[in-house]
Amino acid sequence: MRLHIKGGRVVDPASARDAVGDVYAADGKIAEEFSRADRVIDAKGLVVAPGFIDLSARLREPGYEYKATLESEMDAAVAGGVTSLACPPDTDPPLDEPGLVDMLRRRAKALSRARVYPLGALTVKLRGEALTEMAELGEAGCVAFSQGNVPLRDTQLLWRALQYAATFGYPVWLRAEDAWLAKDGVSHDGEVATRLGLAGIPSFAETIALGTILELVRATRARVHVCRLSTAGAVEMMRHAKQEGLPVSCDVAIHHLHLCDMDLGYFDSHCRLEPPLRSQRDRDALARGLAEGAVDCLCSDHTPVDEDGKHLPFAEAEPGATGLELLLPLTLKWGAAHKLPLAVTLARMTSDPARILGVATGRIVTGAPADLAIFDPGAAVRVTAESLKSQGKNTPFLGYEFAGRVRYTVVAGNVVYEG
Amino acid sequence: MQRNPQLNAHGELQHLLSIEGLPREVLVQILDTAESFVGVTEREVKKVPLLRGKSVFNLFFEPSTRTRTTFEIAAKRLSADVINLNIALSSQTKGESLLDTVANLSAMQADIFVVRHNSSGAPYLIARNVKPHEHVVNAGDGRHAHPTQGLLDLYTIRHYKKEFTRLTVAIVGDILHSRVARSLIHGLTTLGAPEVRVIGPQTLLPSGVEALGVRVFHDMRAGLKDCDVIVMLRLQNERMDGTLLPSAQEFFKHYGLTGAKLSLAKPDAIVMHPGPMNRGVEIDSTVADGPHAVILPQVTFGIAVRMAVMSIVAGN
Amino acid sequence: MKLPEAEQLCAQLVGELKARIGPQTAMIGLYTGGAWLAERLHAMLRLPEPLGLMDIAFYRDDYHARGLHHDPKRTKIPFDINGRDLLLVDDVLYTGRTVRAAMNELFDYGRPASISLVVLADRGGRQLPICAQHCGARVEVPSGMRLRLKRDAGDRLTLALEPERAA
Repeated sequence: MRLHIKGGRVVDPASARDAVGDVYAADGKIAEEFSRADRVIDAKGLVVAPGFIDLSARLREPGYEYKATLESEMDAAVAGGVTSLACPPDTDPPLDEPGLVDMLRRRAKALSRARVYPLGALTVKLRGEALTEMAELGEAGCVAFSQGNVPLRDTQLLWRALQYAATFGYPVWLRAEDAWLAKDGVSHDGEVATRLGLAGIPSFAETIALGTILELVRATRARVHVCRLSTAGAVEMMRHAKQEGLPVSCDVAIHHLHLCDMDLGYFDSHCRLEPPLRSQRDRDALARGLAEGAVDCLCSDHTPVDEDGKHLPFAEAEPGATGLELLLPLTLKWGAAHKLPLAVTLARMTSDPARILGVATGRIVTGAPADLAIFDPGAAVRVTAESLKSQGKNTPFLGYEFAGRVRYTVVAGNVVYEG
Repeated sequence: MQRNPQLNAHGELQHLLSIEGLPREVLVQILDTAESFVGVTEREVKKVPLLRGKSVFNLFFEPSTRTRTTFEIAAKRLSADVINLNIALSSQTKGESLLDTVANLSAMQADIFVVRHNSSGAPYLIARNVKPHEHVVNAGDGRHAHPTQGLLDLYTIRHYKKEFTRLTVAIVGDILHSRVARSLIHGLTTLGAPEVRVIGPQTLLPSGVEALGVRVFHDMRAGLKDCDVIVMLRLQNERMDGTLLPSAQEFFKHYGLTGAKLSLAKPDAIVMHPGPMNRGVEIDSTVADGPHAVILPQVTFGIAVRMAVMSIVAGN
Repeated sequence: MKLPEAEQLCAQLVGELKARIGPQTAMIGLYTGGAWLAERLHAMLRLPEPLGLMDIAFYRDDYHARGLHHDPKRTKIPFDINGRDLLLVDDVLYTGRTVRAAMNELFDYGRPASISLVVLADRGGRQLPICAQHCGARVEVPSGMRLRLKRDAGDRLTLALEPERAA
C-alpha cells in the first residue's frame, strides 16, 4: 500500500514540524516523496499528526467481555486516532502468564487496528504477595510491569519488585496511592465528600505513596512511570524528582484535566474514577504541570463499564470512564485553554508517550512506522451513547459537544479508520 | 450543574432527598403544614383522607424499626396503603439490583417510595429512574442525609424557640458518620440560625466541615456555652472498635452530656436526640429524662412532619 | 355590577339566626372568609360555646389534581361536637365541594345532632346536592370571575369580584 496524504497541515512534535505539506507512506513506513500512490487522501484543512499513543486503555479482555470486547475497543481506539495503546494487566485473569499476554497480542494483531502493548502484572494475580516471571513476560511482549489499580500494600515487596525489574531493565508503572489511607474511600477527601457523605481519600494518600516510590527509585534506580497523578502536591514532587535526575516519568488521565470533585453534582456515578476527581486547585495544577512538562503526558485511562456497573449508588458504582474517543477533543480543549502551540499539545499524546513506551512511533520522519491521525481540529463532535464505538458509554461528558474530529487513522501505512 | 432533582419544573417539591438546596420557602411550607397535621394527630380520629388509594412503599435496605414505623404511621394517617419491604433480608441478597427492585415495585403501582439505604446518594439514583407520578422520600442514605429527621428537628426547635434568627445550636458527637447532623446543619443555615456549632473529637469530624457553615469545637464545655439548643448524636457501637475512639468511657467523659455540662448552656436550653439513645455513652440519664429534654416530643412531631412531606410531594 | 353590602347581609343573617339558637348550638367557620364571617356572627349572637375554625385542606377533593394547598391553617374545634346543632359558616356557596369536605372533616370529630349551612352569598353553580339553610343573598357572578369576602384593617367586611386564578 502506497499512501499519499496531500496538502494537510503536518504537525510533528518530535521534529517541531508544523507546516502544510504532503506525507507519503510505503511498506508501512513513512517514505520520501513518490509519484504513483495506491491511494491519495486529500487532507486540505486537516491536521496530519503522528497517531496517538495512549498509555492506558482497558480493552477488557480477557475476562470482562460483557463490558467490552477487543473488537469494540479497538474500533474505538482507531476512531479516536489512537494507533498505539498500553493496556493495564488488571484483566481476569490478570496478565501474569506469558500465554495470556501472547494470546492478547495475537488477538489484537489479527484485528489489525491499533498496536497493543500489554503491561505485565507486577505480582502474581496482582495480589501483592509474589513477583511474576518478568523476564518470561517480557519475552512474551510485556513492555512494562504494573499493578493496574490494585494496591500493593507490602512496601518490602514493592522494593523487591523494583530491584528485580531494574535487574532486567524493565520499567515499572505504578499508581501512587497509600492503600490504608485510601481504604473504603470513593472520592476526594474535602468539602464535596463531606457534603455528600462520601468516604474520602485524602490528597496525602497520593503524596505519601509517591514519596515512598521516589525513595525506592533512589535506592534501586529502577525506571518508574507514575500513573494518573491527581494532586497538586504530586506534580511538585515529580518536578523535583526530575530535577534531581531520577529515572521517573508520569502521566495524568484526560478527565482529571477537566473535572474536579464539584462535578460529582448529585452523585453522578460517571464521575466515580480512580484516582478520584480532586479539588479545582489540583485540577489546575495538573493541567499546568502537563503544559510545563512536569507531567510528561496524558492518557485516556479508557475504562469501559457497562450500565449495570454504573447504575448503582455512587460508592458502589464501578470506577472508570470511557475515553479513547474523547482523547483528541479533550486534549485540544486543554491545549487551547493553556494557549499552547498545537505541536506542544499533540506532543503529550504522541512523542512524549512514545519516549516512555520506548517505541519508534509517535513521529513523522522517513523510516518511522507510518502511524498517523488525520483530524479536523474545528469539526464538532457530540458525545452520545450512539456516537461512541466503545461498548462503554460511561462518560461524564455525555451530551457535551467538543471540537476535534478524527477523519482518518493510519496504522503501518494502512487506513484503518475513516470518519 | 443539573437542576436540583428534588424540585419539579415549577420549583415544587417532587421528591424529598436532602434539605440541602431546598429554598427557605419550601422548608417553611413543610413546617407550617406539619403544624396543621399536629392538630390532626391530637384528634380522636387521627386520619385524613388525602392519600386515599395511594400506595406508600417503605423500602428499607438498611434495618430500622423506628424510622420505618414513624413513616408507616404517617402514611396510614394520610389513609395511604403501606407496604413494608425489608430488602436487607430479601432480594438484594439474591443479587437483584436496586433499580430492578424499584422497577418491580413500580409495576405494583407505587406512588411514594420511602427509601433508606446505607449508600450515600442511593435515593437520587432511584429518583432519577422512577416514573413522573412516583415520588421518593429519603429516609436516610449513608452518611449523606436524613431530611425528615432534620425537618422534625427544625420543627421541634421552632416549636420551643419560635424563631431561628437568634439561636446558637450545638450538635455534639459523631458528625463524620451522621446524616442527621448534615441535614440539620443545612436546615439551620437555610432558616437563618446565626451560629451552628459542631462538637466532637477530630476523628469524628469530616474534613472541611467548616465549609458547611459551622464552628468547630473540640472542647465540649466551650462549645456548649450559651447554647439555646443542644443536639446529641447517637454514637454507633461499631465506632468504638478502637480505630476512631479508644473507649465509650473516655468518650462519655469528654463528649457525654451531663447535668454539669448542660448548665453551661442557656437556662432555657433544650436537649434533643434523634434516638435511639445510648444512655451513659452520649447522654446521662438525668439529662435524657430531665426538664430540658424534648426527645419524646421530637418523636410526636416526627409523624406530623412525615405526613406533611408525603402529602406535599404526592400532590406535586 | 352592584354587589350587596356584606355588613348589611351580616345583620340580616343575625336576625334570621337568633330564633334558631338553642342550648346545643355551636358555630364553626371555614377559613378564610367563612372564619371572618363566623367571628362576626359569633360575637353578635353571643354564643356561649367558643367558635370553632376549620381548614378543609386535608379533605379537598381536588388534591390529586392540584396538590396540597399551601399554608393550611390548623383546624381548631374547642368543644365536643357530639350531639351539637352546628352552624357551619362560609362566605360564598358555589359548587358545594367545600361544604362536602367540611362535613367529612366534621364527622372525624364526632357525630353532631344537626348541621345547618350559613352563607353570606350564594352564587349558584352547584355540583353537589347541597343547599344553604341561611343565605344572605343570591349573587350573579359573571363567568371567569370569583366572588370573595374581604376584610379591611377596620374589620369591615365587603364582597368583591376578582378574576379566577388560572388553574
